[in-house]
Amino acid sequence: MNFTILIFGILSLIAVVSSVLMITRKNAVISALFLIINFFALAGLYLLLNAQFIAVAQVIVYAGAIMVLFLFVIMLLKTENEPLIFSQNKLLKNFAILIGILIFVQFAYLIFYAKPSNSLIQNEVQSVKIGTIQTIGRELYTNYFIPFEIAGFLLLAATIGAIILAKKKFE
Amino acid sequence: MSVIPIEYYLILSAFMFVVGVIGVFIRRNAIVVFMCIELMLNSANLALVTFSSYIGNPVGQVFVFFVMTVAAAEAAVGLAIIIAIFRNKQTVNIDEINIFKW
Repeated sequence: MNFTILIFGILSLIAVVSSVLMITRKNAVISALFLIINFFALAGLYLLLNAQFIAVAQVIVYAGAIMVLFLFVIMLLKTENEPLIFSQNKLLKNFAILIGILIFVQFAYLIFYAKPSNSLIQNEVQSVKIGTIQTIGRELYTNYFIPFEIAGFLLLAATIGAIILAKKKFE
Repeated sequence: MSVIPIEYYLILSAFMFVVGVIGVFIRRNAIVVFMCIELMLNSANLALVTFSSYIGNPVGQVFVFFVMTVAAAEAAVGLAIIIAIFRNKQTVNIDEINIFKW
């Protein structure tokens, strides 16, 4: 349907523009805000792909928790604005652009050479069914139970590690 | 009824990954470098969800869930390290943080 294409176009345009703006702003707070816009656009794309649970988790975990943490740290530390992003250390910038173009060409060649759309036609009913929290929850608590527990343990370890690292007497 | 070809999503994902790579190279603020890494993780997530949705297998979305967990842990520990470095060096510019460089 044309409406789907239109929504995809708008969301992907927002994602592309906000990601480019994010790496070119001098002020770290503005970069963080553009990254949040990018995450919301991605959540919309996940909804377009019928992945409801991931879309909600994206908004709650990424745009909510992680970016609030980033903004807090940016505002706690006195970070000076980076002067003249594109003129300092010309060699490194040119190398970055070159390697970026190289990686993108590789990806684009792989994607269009493999032509995945010939073999993969989205089954609307099936993809709606697998995106629900029932399916993902059943998968998590049966086949992937041990990785799920390890993920919980990892979060515990990260919490303790963050507290110890950010303590006053860290040398 | 025409659905969106899978290539569109993959090209978008590749573009965002490349933007993240370039950001890691050209930015000097350690926090912004971290945010670029989050952008790269998100582009990988987009590719995983795309394939999961087109193939019709929920395992890709389960994996995205784990990636989010690891990203949250990484952000917490990484930002704590940045705070500790800032306390010692009074800067987060990665050109001036070179105590391990010989």
